[in-house]
Amino acid sequence: MMFSFPDEVLEHVFSFIQSDKDRNSVSMVCKSWYEIERWCRRKVFVGNCYSVSPRMVIRRFPEFRSIELKGKPHFADFNLVPDGWGGYVFPWIAEMAGAFPWLEEIKLKRMVVTDESLELIAKSFKNFKVLVLSSCEGFSTDGLAAIAASCKNLKELDLRDCEVDDLSGHWLSHFPDTVSLVSLNISCLGSDEVSFSALERLVGRCTNLRTLRLNRAVPLDKIANILRRAPHLVEFGTGTYAADLRPDVYSDLAGAFSSCKELKSLSGFWDLVPAYLPAIYPACSKLTSLNLSYATIQSPDLIKLLSQCPNLQRLLVLDYIEDSGLEALASTCKDLQELRVFPSDPFGAEPNVSLTERGLVAVSSGCPKLQSVLYFCRRMSNEALVTIAKNCPNFTRFRLCIIEPRTADYLTLEPLDVGFGAIVQYCKDLQRLSLSGLLTDRVFEYIGTYAKKLEMLSVAFAGDSDLGLHHVLSGCESLRKLEIRDCPFGDKALLANAAKLDTMRSLWMSSCAVSFGACKLLGQKMPRLNVEVIDERGPPDSRPESCPVDKLYIYRTVAGPRFDMPPFVWTMEDDPSLQLS
Amino acid sequence: MSKPVEHDYIGLSEQPLPSMEKRSGDTNAEKSGLRLKDTELRLGLPGSESPEREDRDQNVLSLKSFVSGAKRGFSDALDGGGKWVFAGGSGGGSEGLFSPRRGGNNNEGNDLSGSDSGLKDGVAPKPLVVQEKKSQVAAGNGNTAPASNRAQVVGWPPIRSFRKNTMASHPPKNDDNAEAKFGSGCLYVKVSMDGAPYLRKVDLKIYGGYKELSSALEKMFSCFTIGQCGSHGVSSRDGLSESRLKDLLHGSEYVLTYEDKDGDWMLVGDVPWEMFTNCCKRLRIMKSTEAIGLAPRAMEKCKNRT
Repeated sequence: MMFSFPDEVLEHVFSFIQSDKDRNSVSMVCKSWYEIERWCRRKVFVGNCYSVSPRMVIRRFPEFRSIELKGKPHFADFNLVPDGWGGYVFPWIAEMAGAFPWLEEIKLKRMVVTDESLELIAKSFKNFKVLVLSSCEGFSTDGLAAIAASCKNLKELDLRDCEVDDLSGHWLSHFPDTVSLVSLNISCLGSDEVSFSALERLVGRCTNLRTLRLNRAVPLDKIANILRRAPHLVEFGTGTYAADLRPDVYSDLAGAFSSCKELKSLSGFWDLVPAYLPAIYPACSKLTSLNLSYATIQSPDLIKLLSQCPNLQRLLVLDYIEDSGLEALASTCKDLQELRVFPSDPFGAEPNVSLTERGLVAVSSGCPKLQSVLYFCRRMSNEALVTIAKNCPNFTRFRLCIIEPRTADYLTLEPLDVGFGAIVQYCKDLQRLSLSGLLTDRVFEYIGTYAKKLEMLSVAFAGDSDLGLHHVLSGCESLRKLEIRDCPFGDKALLANAAKLDTMRSLWMSSCAVSFGACKLLGQKMPRLNVEVIDERGPPDSRPESCPVDKLYIYRTVAGPRFDMPPFVWTMEDDPSLQLS
Repeated sequence: MSKPVEHDYIGLSEQPLPSMEKRSGDTNAEKSGLRLKDTELRLGLPGSESPEREDRDQNVLSLKSFVSGAKRGFSDALDGGGKWVFAGGSGGGSEGLFSPRRGGNNNEGNDLSGSDSGLKDGVAPKPLVVQEKKSQVAAGNGNTAPASNRAQVVGWPPIRSFRKNTMASHPPKNDDNAEAKFGSGCLYVKVSMDGAPYLRKVDLKIYGGYKELSSALEKMFSCFTIGQCGSHGVSSRDGLSESRLKDLLHGSEYVLTYEDKDGDWMLVGDVPWEMFTNCCKRLRIMKSTEAIGLAPRAMEKCKNRT
């Protein structure tokens, strides 16, 4: 019956299916569905820019309007991937510029974006609307000026945690008078990169502006003017939130915040001075998201603030909040879904604040909707982890970072295997997990047994032997991304589970014990994998084959080996004669 | 000493984990020779002669054998004169190697590493020497901080550069220590080289002085063949040898320059190291011909500033 529907009907039905996973499933039902789906897919997501070539994407999906690409491995965020590794967006832009004048959205994460790429975007896509660059680098304000000047229909410009070369603050003036931005995030720009008057004028004429995140250079006394020009803001990020206390500035600011009746999310707050904090109180009762992770204020002030925010769903904060602050959070913010606690002094030898496992236990107990946690602390116990697991069976993301590698359970001095085991056993929907502390192979046994929905696992300084890796690769059915550093995992588990790698997006291993010989073998036997050896000591074949490689990045691809590698990256070659069919 | 984990202890035994014995029935594992039974209690790398540790608690305090494995990555650096891995004795920040803070039981680690292939003889003890040296230095310094900052591992704790840089440039005001603790973590600056297709980043805090910085840069950029690199990362594999690049750097073809906080470009090496790390925003390996006219006013400038 279904097959007698005209294509237009199916297309219409498919238009309600937005998620990539579902779209991929739809396309596999039969050939005609594959054909229909590919012509009507409007958003393309490529989780690893080297897994497929731009040409292949364009060939399969001739009518997409939005593309999202990710480049470098996640550990690049922590400087583990040397500069120059790759992730260049230019080839994609070049390919699309020719074929796709109607492209509207480009979203990039961890990619190298040059001014040339930005200029090409500005020139090629007449209806360009959305540019989101997340953790990208390689461009300057010149590139931004080109985008501003040429993209007359630009709606969103979102620069998150990017490294931008500051050349001039006047790029903002390049926006034409007719532009009507809905979202502008320049929070990562440096001090010379924004001209205040241009900013104010821009905000004034963008009547549909709903998201505005300023950079640190915007002083506190400029905020009121800006807010008054954008009373319908839903998300706002301040610049430096510090100034000498002056009553006129304060009341100006408080008035401006009160006039923004739709504010739901606040961020910024660099160098926060507590005296100015009450200015935001009028907005607090409606706040669902609060990012105070750059605000160096102490627990009592935080407690006072949080007591005004009963509807908070998302909180990012420094460990100055301490256990007492988290206990207060647990009693006032019953809707909390996501909590991230960052360390104020990660390199100090001794703890500088009183933040321990108690804070996390309190939140797990008081906030029944808690789903996503990122927590930096200095001590943990199995008992606490078990309690947390039992309190929050709905966890989807659990990332715990105990600052000192290999820290044992502080009560029993045992490994934390049982604690993390409880997390994976009770939290059946867990998708993302990061481990830390003293861990043996046993924790991986638990993970392999219970973490059936786990998609991403991050491991550091853990395990005793290849058995650990074997448990994960053989047990975690949904695993897509695995990143490992400084663990005693070697050739055996990797080679025994080679087929698993075809079902995953990528595997990163650095400072482990995988030999060059094993890498070569893997490369030879697995034609659909790129096995990259990253080694700044020099060519791996100048050392014995049994010598471990420094870093290893394996990912599945249909595009074959890449050719834009720097001198310290080698892709292991396929050998058709060795392949298992 | 009993095994540290008993399932019943916290009641997880409703669903007992499949034991190792059952697991070994898995045909894939058998085929590949992964004899799980045999490896169940083995610590350290498969094939190593590691004795079983009797006292599990000791693990907290001792090096594991693989640590030597992790350090193999640096064995060349240790032997090959890349002394930048170990910062000078002036407590100059991180070593780039991780080592446990507790110095006591490190000797166990040595025994376990001996037979591993690929490990050069005599390499393993070196990091431990430095660890002791560092604690001596820390003890000697006395009053800079109660305990010196922990030896730093690259990329640990996992904090994004953006956050590190943000916190570093404005230290928390309400801290007792005058020196920004975050700031003492790391200080990444970009290094560009005329003709190279991409930038590198270096952490100035891990070098003790100009000599170490210079040899690190030589190592880093020795893979570039001048003039043979394409613009999108395609480059020749036949890099310059280290010594030839050294000649280039010390000779007339290239000079090392830096951009200071005022945006001026200066020659590296004129001011005391500490002053340099405070002023330096960015490095550039410049062709000598372009460097003519870089005033050696650096000393004056910095004097006026402080």
